[in-house]
Amino acid sequence: MPEYPKDYTLVTLNGTDRADSNTLQAYRDNGGYTAVEKVLKGGLTRDDVISEVKRSGLRGRGGAGFPTGLKWSFMPPADGDQPKYLACNADEAEPGTFKDRDIMRYNPHQLIEGMIIGGYAIDATVGYVYIRGEFWEPYARVQAAIEEAYEAGLLGKDILGSGIDFDLHTHRGGGAYIAGEETAMLESIEGKKAMPRFKPPFPANYGIFGRPTTVNNVETLASVPPIINNGGEWFQSLGTPESGGTKIYAISGHVERPGNYEVPMGTPFAELLELAGGVRNGNQLKAVIPGGPSVPMVPGDVMMDSNLDYESLAQAGTMLGAGSVIVMDETTCIVRAVERVAKFFFHESCGQCTPCREGSGWLYRIVQRIERGEGRMEDLDTLLDIGSRIEGRTICAFGDAEVAPVSSSIKHFRDEYEYHITHKRCMVPAGGRIAEAG
Amino acid sequence: MELSQTVRNKIDEARAKYPPEENRAPLIFALHAAQDEYRWLDEPTLEAIADYLDLEPIKVYEAATFYDMFNRSPVGQHNVKVCTNLSCMLCGSDEITDHLRGKLGIDIGETTEDGRFTLTEVECLGACGGAPVIWIGKDYYEDITPQRVDEILASLD
Repeated sequence: MPEYPKDYTLVTLNGTDRADSNTLQAYRDNGGYTAVEKVLKGGLTRDDVISEVKRSGLRGRGGAGFPTGLKWSFMPPADGDQPKYLACNADEAEPGTFKDRDIMRYNPHQLIEGMIIGGYAIDATVGYVYIRGEFWEPYARVQAAIEEAYEAGLLGKDILGSGIDFDLHTHRGGGAYIAGEETAMLESIEGKKAMPRFKPPFPANYGIFGRPTTVNNVETLASVPPIINNGGEWFQSLGTPESGGTKIYAISGHVERPGNYEVPMGTPFAELLELAGGVRNGNQLKAVIPGGPSVPMVPGDVMMDSNLDYESLAQAGTMLGAGSVIVMDETTCIVRAVERVAKFFFHESCGQCTPCREGSGWLYRIVQRIERGEGRMEDLDTLLDIGSRIEGRTICAFGDAEVAPVSSSIKHFRDEYEYHITHKRCMVPAGGRIAEAG
Repeated sequence: MELSQTVRNKIDEARAKYPPEENRAPLIFALHAAQDEYRWLDEPTLEAIADYLDLEPIKVYEAATFYDMFNRSPVGQHNVKVCTNLSCMLCGSDEITDHLRGKLGIDIGETTEDGRFTLTEVECLGACGGAPVIWIGKDYYEDITPQRVDEILASLD
C-alpha cells in the first residue's frame, strides 16, 4: 500500500497497512463487523439502511456512478418471496483499473460486511462475488475470508441470532471484459456466454435465474460498513455536495509511483499526480484518460485544471469511470495508444450487436493503418462517421465505450493523426513502431 | 472419456453454490477444473463435462469458446501470458514481449518444441500499478524487466 505524505481519511483501504489485514482478527481489531451488529441487532429497518446510504451520496464505483441507495430501493419489498440476490461485481477488467483487486486482497472482510448489510437492505438471502478468472490471489483471499465469516456465525442462517439469513459464494469468471457489464454478469453467473441483456426488465425485477437481483461494485459495497458506523452525513462530507465520500484512484502509466490512492471526491488531479510522484523523469504531461479507455481522453493541461469527481470531469469533457487514471507523457504516440485500445475493444466485443461487432473492427483497422503510415486524410472523417453510427445503437454501453478513445483523440490530437498520414511516421521521436523502425 | 475424481469433486463443490435445478451455473467452474487437470479442453473433455452436468454439449462449447481463459488447443507446460494493453505498453511491454520471443525462440501464439512454454498476448490483467505484468499459472509477476523475465523462467520447473 502506498504511503501517504499527509493524512487522508481512508474508507475502503482503511486498516490495510497491517500485514495480516485480510484476516478476520485484523478486521475486528479495526472495528470490523460492528456495523453488521448495529444493523441486525440494533433494530435498524431495511428502509433505515437504505436511507442512510442515500444520505451518504454514495454512487456506484464500478463506472456508471448510479446512486447506490436509489438502486437498492428498486428491489421489490420484503415479502418472504425468496431467493433474491445481491451480486458483487469484481470482474475488474477496464484497462487501468486495479482498485477492487486490492480491496479483495487486503480488506476482503469489509466487502463481506458490506454485502451482509446490502443483502439485508434489499431482502436478499444469497450473494455472489463475481471475480474475474485471472484473479487467483484475490479469489483465494475472498474465499478464505468467507470461510472465516461462516465459522464466526457472520454468514449463513440466523446471523448473530438476528433471524436474518445470508449465504455468500464466490463465482469465478472465465476471461471476458464484457462480463463486467451488469446484465452480462447475470448471464455469466448462469453459466452462459456473457452477453448483455436488453433492459427492461431490469435486474431488480429479473436478475440471476430470473429472480430479483442487485449488482454493486466491490468498492461500493466496501464503503457501506463505515457509512453505517459513522453516518451518511459523515461520508457525504468527505467529498463534494454531488459526489460523496472518498474514491480509490488507480493511477498507472507514466508516473513515478503508480498505485492505488484513496482520496476525497473532488481532489484536484494535480494533487493525485503529486501523490503518485509526478510524471516520470520530470517529463511533460501530454494526455490523461481519467476513467479507463471507455471514457474520453483529455489533454494534460485540461486535466491539470480539473478536479476528480463526476461533475468536474463532465465539465472537462470526460468521465470519472472507475477512477482508472492512465497518464501519458510527451513521449507517447497518441495514435499508437489509441490503436492498442481499439484492438482491445475489437477483441472484447461480445458480437451480439452489429454496429459494435463490425464497427469495433473497422475502427481498429483504420487506426492501425494510420499508425503504420498507410492512412488517408479522409480516414479521420470516416472514423468519426463510424463512431456516430455505433454510439447509442447497441444494447449496452460497450458501443459508446469503443468510440470514446477514437473520437476524443481525433478531437484533441488531430494534428498527430495528420502528421502520421502526411509524413508516414510518428511526430513523437520515440513514440511508436514507425519511429523505432525508421 | 471420464472426468477424474478430482475434477468431479471440484464440480460438485461448485454445484452446491447454486440452486439444485440450475445445473448450467457451475459450468465455468467445471471448465476451470478440467483445464487445471488436462491443461487444455478437447472435445471429449467438453462432452464429459456436458454429460456430468446433464447439459446439451452446445452449452458447454458456447462457454468454452466465449471465455478467453479456456484453451481449445494444446498449450505448453507453462503458458506465459504478457499483457500489452495500454498501461503495460506505456511501461515497456514491447521490450518484454521481444525479450520473451528471443529467449523462447517462438512468436506469440506458439509453443516451444519441447512443449515447455507457450507465449500468449493477453488483455489488461487488472494489475496496472505493477506494469508491465506477466502472468504464469496462478501467479502475476509485476514490474517486469527482461532480467526479471530470465529469473522467473529459470525458477519454473
